[in-house]
Amino acid sequence: MSEYKIEVEAKDREKIERAGINLDENNRSGSFMMANGTVSHVTMRQEGIEMLSIQKAMEKYPWLNEKMWTLVNKDKDEFTRDAYADTQSGYFIKVSKGVKAYMPFQACFFVKQDRFKQKVHNMIFLEEGSFLHIINGCAAASYLAEGSHIGVTEMFVGKDATLMYTMIHDWAKNVEVRPRSAIRVEEGGTYISNYIALRDTKITQMFPVADLAGRGAVAKFNSLILAPEGSIYDTGARVMLNAENTHAEIISRTVSNGGDIIARGKLEGNAPNVYAHLECDGLMLKDKGLISAIPELDTRFKDVNMSHEAAIGKIDEEQILYLMSRGIPKAEAISAIVSGFMDVKLFGLPPALEEEIKKNLKSLEGGGM
Amino acid sequence: MLEIKNLKVGIYGKEVLKGVSLTIPDGETHVLFGPNGSGKTSLLMTVMGYPQYKITGGSIMFNGRELNSMPIDERAMLGIGMFFQRPPSIKGIKLSDITEIIKAKSGTRMDPAVAAKALNLEYLMPRDINNGFSGGEIKRSELMQLFAQKPAFMMFDEPESGVDIENMKLIGSKIRNLLERDVDKTQRTKSSLIITHTGYILDYADADYGYTLLDGVIKCRHDARKLFEDIQHNGFRECDECLNTK
Repeated sequence: MSEYKIEVEAKDREKIERAGINLDENNRSGSFMMANGTVSHVTMRQEGIEMLSIQKAMEKYPWLNEKMWTLVNKDKDEFTRDAYADTQSGYFIKVSKGVKAYMPFQACFFVKQDRFKQKVHNMIFLEEGSFLHIINGCAAASYLAEGSHIGVTEMFVGKDATLMYTMIHDWAKNVEVRPRSAIRVEEGGTYISNYIALRDTKITQMFPVADLAGRGAVAKFNSLILAPEGSIYDTGARVMLNAENTHAEIISRTVSNGGDIIARGKLEGNAPNVYAHLECDGLMLKDKGLISAIPELDTRFKDVNMSHEAAIGKIDEEQILYLMSRGIPKAEAISAIVSGFMDVKLFGLPPALEEEIKKNLKSLEGGGM
Repeated sequence: MLEIKNLKVGIYGKEVLKGVSLTIPDGETHVLFGPNGSGKTSLLMTVMGYPQYKITGGSIMFNGRELNSMPIDERAMLGIGMFFQRPPSIKGIKLSDITEIIKAKSGTRMDPAVAAKALNLEYLMPRDINNGFSGGEIKRSELMQLFAQKPAFMMFDEPESGVDIENMKLIGSKIRNLLERDVDKTQRTKSSLIITHTGYILDYADADYGYTLLDGVIKCRHDARKLFEDIQHNGFRECDECLNTK
């Protein structure tokens, strides 16, 4: 198995592993690794799935050019224009009809050179009836003074196909992060996004858009965000329910430990008989920082079921005292409650990954919370 | 041994305990009677160390150490435990998680799987603590946690409230177990203070003494069973007079 091992510098290993990347490639169907602007590792062990760097894919498939920038508008903003003008690399992945990947595919985007602006373009295609779980582990070296990441990702989820797209961010204090993702889901297809960010960033700003284009298509966006002091997370999702019987959920659990979080959600019921639900729960740990929940629901049809719930507050004192009465010190009680609030069970992840994330949450205990 | 001397306590500026004194030696179980609002729960919460209950006078000593300003978790580590009547639910923390944490903190050697079976809690272990639990389930979960902690001194706030007969049997016998009531009197180490309205718990945990608490003051100390029978016949007014004529 050693030929599959992903080579990285020893000093970067911990950061990369914390972002959900298995460097020994255990429990993964394949891997893609991009450090700064260079692709250093491409493997795919699952039959029926093709994975290439975006440049190689463009040489091989002339049609790819036609598909690029169809879901994401290249003129969306200055960052997107920048990524369009100067794409360094990214991955192309195509899952053939009916192929169900037995293990997740992992992609790592790592920034380690000072002042580097990483610009990425990924293209994902799931053909009819296929299934894939992609884990994107995005991180920056802990010694990085400044940097940025702009990632354009266009995802095409075919008829009755399911794409689970997990993104774990572990950037650094002075890194700007601007993912630009868009998804099109055909009839009966499902797209599930799981976003986890528990550590520093300068600003992470994203607002992926899902177009539920076919009848019965489903989109779910789950996120767990903990914003330390000095970090800004401006995140959320927009789902356009453009066909009948489509279904969308946006669920976020956010915790401000002195940082700013804007949790957005926009659900547009553009067809009859759609179901859409939005849930934002926020926890403030200090009299510092911000949580702003901005839910929006739009429709022009009467036969829709659309709802939202938003609640922001502090930790319930009674819960802390209850745990303390069992001999658990206050700081430990608080971190246990916060970890419980950021309930990774919501995601329905593979057990091994769920355990990794739980461990990650645990490692924050005593980290000033 | 727990020794409370002339304890005065206020909550949100209102005096709820107006000079309470009582002593519970190791191995003894005492019962607290009294009408609603007489200060029974306040007394337990103050001994546990809930910060809303402000001590304005007197002292609480446990095994020779003053508790007055000690944080809750330190009291728990000294061997004080509480069976709550209405504990909060905590999302994302499973009953099995909290049992393991308590066990580790207290260093007890209980087997959670065996205890869960004995308490008919196996199906609740993977659930978030107290979240949607029924009355009987809450009581059994509280017992689970006390078995994990094995405190030397335990306080029970109405262990029979909201419990059906079948559950009462189970809960009563497990409390009896925790309090070592089947052990020879001279060998018992566990002590407790129990609040009861119905007195059902007396059928299981044969208490050594009973008190009535009226309007923040202890009015009577007597054999628990006899005191309960008196209250059943004559209500609390009699207690009031009983002490006044002494």
